[in-house]
Amino acid sequence: MAATAQPVPAYQRPPEGGIRRTLYLMRKEWTAYVSITPVVLLFIVFTVFTVAFSFYLSFHKWNILEPDRPFVGLENYARLFGDERFIRAIGNTIYFTVFAVPLTMAAGLLVALLLNNKIRLRGLYRTLFYIPNITPLVVSAIIWKWVYQGDYGLLNYYLIQLGLIERPLLWLADPNLAMPAVIIMSIWGGAGYQMVIYLAGLQAIPEDFYDAAKVDGANGFQRLIYITIPLLNPTSIFLFITSVIGSFQIFTQIYIMTSGGPLGRTSTIGYYIYEKAFRHFDMGYAAAMGYALFAMIFVFTIFQLRFLRREFEY
Amino acid sequence: MELAKRIQPTMTRQEQEQRDRKAASNRQLTALLGKIAIYVVTTTLAIIFIAPWAWMVSASFQPIGDIFDWPPSWIPENFTLNNYTRFFEEANIGRLVLNSTLVAGSVVIAQLFLNSLAAYTFAKRRFPGRNLLFVIMLGALMIPGQVNLIPAYLILQHVPLAGGNDILGNGGHGWLDSYAGLIVPSLSSIYGIFLLRQYMKSIPDDLIDAAKIDGAGHFRIYWQIVLPLCGPALAAMSIFTFTYHWNDFFWPLILITSESLRTLQLGLALFVVRNRTVWDIVMAGSVIATLPILVIFLLFQRYFIRGISLTGMRG
Repeated sequence: MAATAQPVPAYQRPPEGGIRRTLYLMRKEWTAYVSITPVVLLFIVFTVFTVAFSFYLSFHKWNILEPDRPFVGLENYARLFGDERFIRAIGNTIYFTVFAVPLTMAAGLLVALLLNNKIRLRGLYRTLFYIPNITPLVVSAIIWKWVYQGDYGLLNYYLIQLGLIERPLLWLADPNLAMPAVIIMSIWGGAGYQMVIYLAGLQAIPEDFYDAAKVDGANGFQRLIYITIPLLNPTSIFLFITSVIGSFQIFTQIYIMTSGGPLGRTSTIGYYIYEKAFRHFDMGYAAAMGYALFAMIFVFTIFQLRFLRREFEY
Repeated sequence: MELAKRIQPTMTRQEQEQRDRKAASNRQLTALLGKIAIYVVTTTLAIIFIAPWAWMVSASFQPIGDIFDWPPSWIPENFTLNNYTRFFEEANIGRLVLNSTLVAGSVVIAQLFLNSLAAYTFAKRRFPGRNLLFVIMLGALMIPGQVNLIPAYLILQHVPLAGGNDILGNGGHGWLDSYAGLIVPSLSSIYGIFLLRQYMKSIPDDLIDAAKIDGAGHFRIYWQIVLPLCGPALAAMSIFTFTYHWNDFFWPLILITSESLRTLQLGLALFVVRNRTVWDIVMAGSVIATLPILVIFLLFQRYFIRGISLTGMRG
């Protein structure tokens, strides 16, 4: 504060009530607004404006290469329902989400439970499980493309050695195996993150709970089912919601490993939007798809927050 | 054991002792077996998790003929650095690394300042609209990137007086295909503000009030008192941000068309698309693209983990 600032006389109190008080506080704290201005400006330009403009685009036939961009009303949205590739992309995205999210969480929880024991080299184990998570997705996708190779891939070799399959499988070229392959790769890449969050959650559970249960004669498995998992519920909800939102947008793995193939079996919404917007430059239609995705995520999140929170409150 | 004694009074003292010992050794055995089981399962899983990654490193040092061997050879028989030298020759690696470092580095520096100042303001100052604004910004995290994508692209294309544009933003390519396009949209991040705000909330208000009484203004309190206390959170945020932008593929893919502006991930991905079968060089490139992040991770692991749990637990 500058030394020349006048001391506020005692009788000059902040005005009572409503707008005048708000204005007074705004004037008094004006530097607060200055310090968030850059952040708010970026937010307005790259979030608020883009969301609004995307909405506008979705009602227009907007191709970046054509100067004429007529208003078409709900045509883009109507087109969605008749677009087989879009409907299949939704199906593929849901397929991916339904398997990848719970399995990644289960893997993360399993590893966290293992590492929550007093074992040697815990730090080393934790690092090993976390490394796939920091590996750039481009690199992960390249590695797994090799792992899945039909003739000389690692996975086929070890599955044959274990006697699980007889002939090499063409993982990424087989329409029925391509999506499972992408899912396995995503579990590998994501479990480390879930593990760290679950470990933090596990360490927050008071030891007393377990001692009490031991006195009551609960065995290890019962302690897991009746204490650990319910008490981890807030962590699980957080992980579930963020993972589902993330998996609705899956792109890089698809781009590098399968390019949406074979036969469109791995074309997800994220990938299809990219194709429409930046290969065909059909931006109005792509914006409508973006909004459809947004609507799905929105409904899902609201549903989860209402349903899960209430269900497991204790 | 007291209970057992009372129930079976006919047992001799010797028998009882034997029984106790047996029970105790049984318990020890179970505990030991449990411990062994945990080690076996954990180690097996760890090997499975690290195997694909370890194979990348191993393959990057093998000549192409050995890479195709069945069974796969995990330890390079004919160790070679040839893959690396060839990747260096073919992919203009210096430029790719420079671009990635420049973009990720600038974003981190900008976010360190802008995010922390905003976080301080949201955590420690009271002003009309604060909570509403913060909730709106947090809520916006739910919006999928695909919604903002196309307009953001168009905005960058029409930045006035940039990239051959006139004052109305028409005629040229604007900030598409430029460093500015890669950097400017990420100068701040809501996620980073949130992380820092959570941390700053734990700094006692008394400290700030004391500084106010001593005549310090808000900027000085932020700069000289709060920031120095936020070391771990700032480190965590920097590492996240750097990793995210170093690893980012989508935004460069859309924005960049000139070869000289490609980032490492984009260069690597396009290299793979162009040369589908040169696995030896691709593996060397993959190692190079991962190395900086791995080093950062190993050096600052604890900040990483703390940062994740800091945001993770609050939901």
